[in-house]
Amino acid sequence: MKVLLGMGGSPDGFDALDATVERARQAGDELTVAVLDTESDHAVDVVESRVQDRLDELGFGADIRRVSGHPGSSLVEIAESEAFDRIVLGGGQRSPLGKIDLGEVAEFVLLNADTTVTLIR
Amino acid sequence: MTGRTYPEEPVDSFPAPPETFTDGEGRTVTVEASGLADFEALVEMYEAFDPADRAQGIPPIQEAAIRDWLDALLSEDSVNVVAGHDGRLVGHAVLVPDDQDGYELAVFVLNEYQGAGIGTHLLEGLLGQGQREGVEKVWLTVERWNAPAITLYEKLGFERTDVESFELEMAVRLS
Repeated sequence: MKVLLGMGGSPDGFDALDATVERARQAGDELTVAVLDTESDHAVDVVESRVQDRLDELGFGADIRRVSGHPGSSLVEIAESEAFDRIVLGGGQRSPLGKIDLGEVAEFVLLNADTTVTLIR
Repeated sequence: MTGRTYPEEPVDSFPAPPETFTDGEGRTVTVEASGLADFEALVEMYEAFDPADRAQGIPPIQEAAIRDWLDALLSEDSVNVVAGHDGRLVGHAVLVPDDQDGYELAVFVLNEYQGAGIGTHLLEGLLGQGQREGVEKVWLTVERWNAPAITLYEKLGFERTDVESFELEMAVRLS
């Protein structure tokens, strides 16, 4: 299966990376990691190198790609034009009270993708 | 993280707990300030909580997760009030500090005690207790389809501040 993981640098994205690599190993998935410019505190360069470091630690090979422009729509566009089977995203941040906040990218992708979407908790 | 917006004008003052009242079903209910002393009673209440009434992943379902979650909620920096009836807790409302001088609000009422005005009394008591403890800014998120809750929050003085997410964000200034 061709899997596209979208992440912007927040902790839930890195949790999703670990879970996706583990699953890809078992299932023989081909993984592409899209580093998104979410205009947050996380600089794209830094996130990209942290993703590479983590993949090296895990000993797993995956394509890393920087994605500019509107993160949600770019991700949906890549998944559809390149025939990915699945989009994977982090499962959201927790508020001070423990409520899950999905974030803009997940909201956009869930509502607009024709591709199956997995949120990693 | 971008900063939250709050209404410029503070709301009037709310009565601080304790308060005893008769709910819509004729039950005598007491709302009072709470804290760590109520830890076990709150664990019991949340174990009885209907999973269908959860919102955005809270309260947790497993007892161990409930205990971890309550540890964070009942810290000294938070503001807690509970509603009791017949020797047990039936409702809980809480303000938890965020990292930007604001407090996030949530309120929970056991299913068989909903629709009887207990949530309103809990929220008034919580905001009154918050004012007493010097809390100035309070925010919450609520599911867009939950019109009764949104109406109640608006009646208490909350205004809609973020209308673009899945959940509606609302905020109030207490002082």
